[in-house]
Parts: sequence; structure tokens; C-alpha cells
Amino acid sequence: MTQTTDTAPEGPAMTGRSSTDEKTGTGHGRPRPPGRRRGPTTARARSWRDAPLRRITPWLFLAVPLALLITFTYVPVASMISYSFTDWDGVSPRRENVGFDNYVRIFTRPELFRVFFVSGYYLAASVVQIVVALYFAVILSFNLRFRNFFKGILFFPYLINGVAIGFVFLYFFQDGGTLDSVLAWLGVSTDHPWLGDPTSANVSLAGVSVWRFTGLNFVLFLGAIQSIPGELYEAAELDGAGKWKQFRHIIAPSIKPVISLSVILAISGSLSVFEIPYIMTGGATGTQTFVIQTVKLAFQFNKTGLASAAAVVLLLIILLVTWIQRRLVPDDKVDLV
Amino acid sequence: MTSPDLTTATATVKGPRTTRRRLPVGNALAYLSLLVASAVVLIPLVVVFLTSLKTSEEVGDGSALSLPGNWFNVDNYVTAFHDGKMLTAFGNTAFILVFSIGGTVVIGSMTAYAVDRFDFRGKKLVMAGFLVATLVPSVTTQVATFQVINGFGLIDTRWAPILLYMGTDIVSVYIFLQFIRGIPVSLDEAARLDGANAFTIYRKIIFPLLKPAVATVVIIKGITTYNDFYIPFLYMHSEDLGTISTALFRFKGPFGAHWEAISAGAILVIVPTLIVFLLLQRWIYNGFAQGATK
Repeated sequence: MTQTTDTAPEGPAMTGRSSTDEKTGTGHGRPRPPGRRRGPTTARARSWRDAPLRRITPWLFLAVPLALLITFTYVPVASMISYSFTDWDGVSPRRENVGFDNYVRIFTRPELFRVFFVSGYYLAASVVQIVVALYFAVILSFNLRFRNFFKGILFFPYLINGVAIGFVFLYFFQDGGTLDSVLAWLGVSTDHPWLGDPTSANVSLAGVSVWRFTGLNFVLFLGAIQSIPGELYEAAELDGAGKWKQFRHIIAPSIKPVISLSVILAISGSLSVFEIPYIMTGGATGTQTFVIQTVKLAFQFNKTGLASAAAVVLLLIILLVTWIQRRLVPDDKVDLV
Repeated sequence: MTSPDLTTATATVKGPRTTRRRLPVGNALAYLSLLVASAVVLIPLVVVFLTSLKTSEEVGDGSALSLPGNWFNVDNYVTAFHDGKMLTAFGNTAFILVFSIGGTVVIGSMTAYAVDRFDFRGKKLVMAGFLVATLVPSVTTQVATFQVINGFGLIDTRWAPILLYMGTDIVSVYIFLQFIRGIPVSLDEAARLDGANAFTIYRKIIFPLLKPAVATVVIIKGITTYNDFYIPFLYMHSEDLGTISTALFRFKGPFGAHWEAISAGAILVIVPTLIVFLLLQRWIYNGFAQGATK
């Protein structure tokens, strides 16, 4: 919550704006020089009653958005934190304060803590995903035939409904399903139950997540690579830089912000996996993830207190990861406001 | 890296011949890898499409890769559409889509207008409020959000997802904010001199100029809402309040091992996405790239 770093990215964003905007726009957010007060002065000259009205105008526009923001983001966060210190079941009016008991339970009961290891599979998968996406982004940044066709195919999985993907891959991993048939066609006969044991099931599910999300990373990388001016490569080539050097010294630095963004999305994504494993296995055979467990605790076993503590832990981890990333890559192009 | 005069020299010496850069790994390898990737993407989908056209005997006996006996066998689609209550589901999804997209566009653009065009006390605080909210993943807070929605008595209504989609979309605020900065303030001031008030300026000048941003938000919001499973799954339990995601999810029970019906349901859900994608490709790439980098 100490994310006051928003002041840092703000600087460049503001200056970037003032150069494009016309002069009167530069006044925003900083003291205006007296001679430059054209906007407000004309308003005041017309009618002095406008002044108080003008002061509340922005709040009229912000009333509904802020009400929604507070009701559906900040109130839940606050009440989640307060539930996490109780043994509330989510229904009864009675709730006891239990201090840090819920947190102690999350970190000491092995069956509750185990879900963090499942995230490891998805984290590994997102490394694969980023590498694959980067490879295809580099390849398709060249003038290839059918480039748009391949781009479309690689991106399309990202747009598909998660439940549909779940069913498509349930059939894929089924005994005698798509995967077994393709392998048989390639001459490998196997009757391995892909979703049968924890390791295999988690690897399979993480594979589905690679299939689903590579497209987004790919399109982000491709966009960043294509914004590099072509002369840079030619100059480098003249200087005798090989393909690998070009990648290392031209492509890699230009897409660094996008890669660091993808890493953040990958980490917070692999901690909050829900859809695919829930739809495909329901969390059985050791595929339970943190969010599945939290949802089950809260809505099946009515342990709102414990579930809230789990959610607070996840929230803190994600905030921590984001904070570390902002520290490591401070000069990000994430120009929020 | 290189001095600028060298760059211009390259351009003049080598001319247009080198504008086509060479591939680093050799053409054959590049195409091979692309073909493999395309197969990986397409085979699971194509097999499900084939399965959706088969009879249940064909599914039971043949290999997953076998072709359906009758390519125009739509029985499974009829079953899925009818028994799977897909019509109600599409109706509910459309209802939620219209309201949540409309609300998001209005709320997002109003917020962006207020934050960008006015100086007021507490502006920093408001912006920090929206910024910090982007860091809170909504999957984690549903435990408590559920109680808020419950407090409003909206559990098991379509208004629960609508309010949540509208109220927690901070990405669209940033997209509008980014765009509104490019609209010259002189337009506002000219209108103000003509006697327009802030609301008229927003409605008559800013909003019409925001069309490209609106398109982006509509596309991103539309696709993510259409695909969302988590929110309707948590908040709308009644069978006749199914969205396409939850209705499809309910196929799991009654259709059990009837893969031909499940496949037909999945294809029914995928086809609209495919059509939208083919029609709006360019918008979609840009939209998602913008949405993710915010």
C-alpha cells in the first residue's frame, strides 16, 4: 500500500503531454504562472458564482465511479482483513475474535500450505510460455508469408472461453482422447492416464495454461519488437553484429518493459490460477490451487474467517511481488496517470 | 550504439534492397516451428469440432481423430442448445454484456474526464485510489465482496455481475485517460466561451472524440465478460440465470461421458468468439495490447 511510486511515472507522462498539448494544458498539476491563467480567469470573469460550482464539478463526475470503487474494492479488502481475525462462518451473526489463529493454520497445516507448491508448476509453465512467445514474436517480426494467418492462430486461444478450453482439454487428455490418438498416429502407443497422478495432472494443466496464454504474451512482444525502427538493424549489421547480438542489444532492451510486465502477470497469474483446474479436475488428484482452496473454504465449508486469511496472504504476496518488480525495473513505461 | 551519420549512410548505400531483414534461424526452420505451433493450437479444437458432428456410437468406437460419418449431423447441437439451455444462457450473457459495457464506458470516460480536465483538492488521492486498486486481484477479494453483494440483496440476480464488472474495471479508466490527454484543451475552452458547462463539454465534445477508446474498451470488456466464469459461478446459482460459461460448465453433470454433446456445446460457445475475432482482428490485437500494458 506504500505504492506512492505513482509520483515517479507521473513526471514523464506530464511532460510528454505538455509538449503535445497546447500551452494552457501545461498548467495541470503544477502551480500556474500568473499570466497563464486564461482558462479559470475567463470563467471567473463571466460569473463569480461559477467558482464554487466549478470546484464541485469534478466530484459530480467522480461520485458514481468512486462509490463503485470503494464499495467493490476497498470495502471488501477492509472487511476481508477484519474477517481474517475471526472464526466467522459467513452466515451466523456470531463471530469470535481469534487473533492470528487463521494465519497460523495456513502456514502450519500442510494440506493448506501445499497449494503453494502447485503454483510452482504454473510458474514453470509461464517461463515456457514467455520463451515460446518471445521466439515466435521474433520470428514473426520478419516478413514471412502468411504472417497474419500465423499471428491469428497463435493469438486465438487467448480469446476462447475458459470453460470451453477446459472441456476441449478434458477430451484431449482423456483415455483414448486426442493426445493418445495423436501419439498413436505418430507411432507412440501409451495408455498413460494424463490426469491420473498429481505430477502428471499438474503438468498437463499447466500445459493447458501455456496453450491458452502464450498468445497474449506473443502479441505484446510482437508489438514491442515492431516498434523498433528498422534502420537500427541495418546499422548494427554494418557494424558486423550477428543475429544473436542484434537480439541481445537491440531487441531485448527495447522489449524489456513488456517482458517485466509479463513476468509480473505470470507470477500473480500462477498464484491465482482457478478456472482451468477447477473446470477440468475440480481440484482433485493434487491439482488444488490457492484460489480453488479459498473458494471451497469460503463457499463450501463456510469458513469465511480462514478463507479471508488465505486471501489476505495471497493479496500480500502479490503486492510484494509488484513492489519488488517496481524496485527492480523502476524506469518502466507503465505511465499510470 | 552507432553514430547517426552511419545510419543514414546505410540507407543511402544499401537502398531498399535490405529493407527485408533476413531470418535468424533460416526459413525452413522458422516455417517448421510455425507449422508445429499451429498444429498444437488447432488439433485440440479441430478434434472437438469433429467430435461434435459424430453420433454417440462413432464417439464410442472410433479413434478421436476419425472423421464423422455425416458431416451435416447437427443433432448434438440441437441437444446442446435445447437441453443445455444455451438460448437462455446467450440471453443472460447478452443482457449482462449490454449493461456492463455501457456502464463501464460511461463510468470510465467520466472518471478520465474529471481527473484529466480539472484541478481539485484530493486529485492525487483519487488517482492513488484507482492506482492501488489495479494491484488488488479481484479473485482474492471475492470472499468479502460476496458479503457486500449479499448485503445489497443481489445474490442470484444479473445485477451482481453487472455491478462488479462496472465497478472494478480500472483498466478502462486508464485507456480513456491515455486517450483524453491527446484531445486539446483548447476545444474545451472554446466551448466554455460559448457558454457550455462541464457536462455539455463532456457530452458534446469529449465523448464523441473518444470513439476509438470506446471501441477498445468495448472489445476488451466484451470478450472478457463473455468469457468470465468466476463471477457468474459465484453469484448466479439458479439454472435459468446461467451465462454461457456457467451453462456450459453444467454440461459436465448430465451429459457425463456424452462427449459429442459436450463438444457441440463448446463449439457453440467458441464460434461467436471466432466470428468476432475474424471481423475485428486489428482492433482486438491493439485493444488487448493496450489493456495489458496498463
